[in-house]
Amino acid sequence: MRVAVHVNGRPYERDIEPRMLLVHFLRDELGLTGTHIGCDTSNCGACTVLLDGKAVKSCTLLAVQADGADILTVEGLSQDGRLHPVQEGFWEEHGLQCGFCTPGMMMLAVELLQREPDPSEEAIRHYLEGNLCRCTGYQHIVHAIRYAAQKLRETRESS
Amino acid sequence: MIPMAFEYHRAASVEEAIRLLEQYGPDAKVLAGGHSLTPLMKLRFAQPAHVIDIGRLHELRYIREEGNVIAIGALTLHRTVAESATVRQRIPVLAEAAFRIGDVQVRNMGTIGGSLAHADPAADYPAVVLALEAEIVAQGPAGRRTIRARDFFRGPFTTALQPNELIVEVRVPVPSGKTGSAYQKYPHPASGFAVVGCAAVLTVDAETCRDVRVAFTGVATQPFRDTVVEDALRGQRADEATVRAAAEKAAEGVQPLGDAFASAEYRRHMAKVYARRALLQALTRAT
Repeated sequence: MRVAVHVNGRPYERDIEPRMLLVHFLRDELGLTGTHIGCDTSNCGACTVLLDGKAVKSCTLLAVQADGADILTVEGLSQDGRLHPVQEGFWEEHGLQCGFCTPGMMMLAVELLQREPDPSEEAIRHYLEGNLCRCTGYQHIVHAIRYAAQKLRETRESS
Repeated sequence: MIPMAFEYHRAASVEEAIRLLEQYGPDAKVLAGGHSLTPLMKLRFAQPAHVIDIGRLHELRYIREEGNVIAIGALTLHRTVAESATVRQRIPVLAEAAFRIGDVQVRNMGTIGGSLAHADPAADYPAVVLALEAEIVAQGPAGRRTIRARDFFRGPFTTALQPNELIVEVRVPVPSGKTGSAYQKYPHPASGFAVVGCAAVLTVDAETCRDVRVAFTGVATQPFRDTVVEDALRGQRADEATVRAAAEKAAEGVQPLGDAFASAEYRRHMAKVYARRALLQALTRAT
C-alpha cells in the first residue's frame, strides 16, 4: 500500500504493509526516531505527534490512516537552528530528567498552546492527562509549558 | 506490538463500505478512528482478515439540531462532541461524558459511532445514550433502520448491529421540561475506563420527580438502565432524602463484575455512591 505524507514539511512516499503503525513508519521507514515508543498501548503519550494539527498517539494509528496528512514530529519543532519556545521552556525550566517522555510532552504542549495561548496551571495539568512522566513529578513540565506560553505570547506581540 | 496482516480497504462512500461488509461479512472489521479496534488488533484479540476504513467519510461528521433531536454523525470525534456549543447547551450531560473519555489524544481520534459499535462494557457513551433514550441509526444493504439504545447493547462487545450494517448516526432527544442530567464516573486509574459510571436524567414537575432515567456502565457485563432506582423515584418528592434513599437500591438484581482492581461487592457499593452523586447533581440542575 502506497502512503504519501508530509512530515515536518518534507514529502515522503513509501510502500508499506497496511498493518504498519504510524510510529513504526516514522521511526523505521523515515528514520525519525525522535518519536518514542513507550507503553505501546495508547496510555503513556510518548509517541504523540501532530496529525493535521491534532495531537494523536502514533502507536494507535495505522500509517495508512495518515495517508495524505501533514505530520509534525519533535524533529520539526526547531527552525533555522533555533529551539521552539516549547523546547526552550523544557531546557530553561528543567522539564525533563531522563527525557523519554519529552518528545510526546512537547508535541502535546504545542497543540495546547495553539488552542489556548495562556493556559492556567490547572488547565495544563488536565491537558497532560494522557502523557506519563516517571521522573519529574510533572511540576517542571508545567513550568516549562508556562514558560513557553509566555514566550510565544511575547513573540506574537512583538511581531 | 504489531497487528496480524490484513487486507486494507478504504471506503469512499457509506454505500461502498456496506458493499465491502456484505462481501467480507464476519471476516471484516470497520475502522473509524481506530482507538478501540487498533489496540485489540495489536494485542491480537482481534484478527480480522479485512479492515474497512471509513475514517475518510467526512459526510458522517456533523452535529445537527433537528427540532427536539440532536443528530450526531457516526464519525463525530469525542472532542467535537465535548466542545460543541449545541451539545453543551442542549444536552450538557453528553458533552460531559465525551470529555471524560480517554485523554486529549484519544478524543482527537475516537468517534461516537466507533465507541457504540465496539460496546465496551466500561465505555462512557453507552450509559449516557441509555439514560437519554437515544436512537442509533444503522445502514445496511436494505437501507436505514433505527435501533433504540436499550435494544442496542446485547452483551460485552456485542450489539444489535448485523455484520453488514454500519452505524451512520446517533439521534439524541433533547430532554424537555425542568430536566437536569449528570454523568458521574469513577475511572480506573490506569486505563481511564469506568469502574463505575452513572448517567442520570431527572425531570422535576411541581417538586415531584416526574420522569427519571438512570443508567450504568462499568458495573456489569453490559451497560443497563437501573429500573429499580427509577421506580423508587418516579412520582416521589424531588428532594435530597428521596434521592439518597433511591440510590441505595442501585444495581439491585444485577451481578456486578469483579476483577483484580474492584471486587463485585466493591462495584455494587460504588454503584450506590455514583448513583447518588449523579442523581443529586441532576436534581440540583433541574431545580
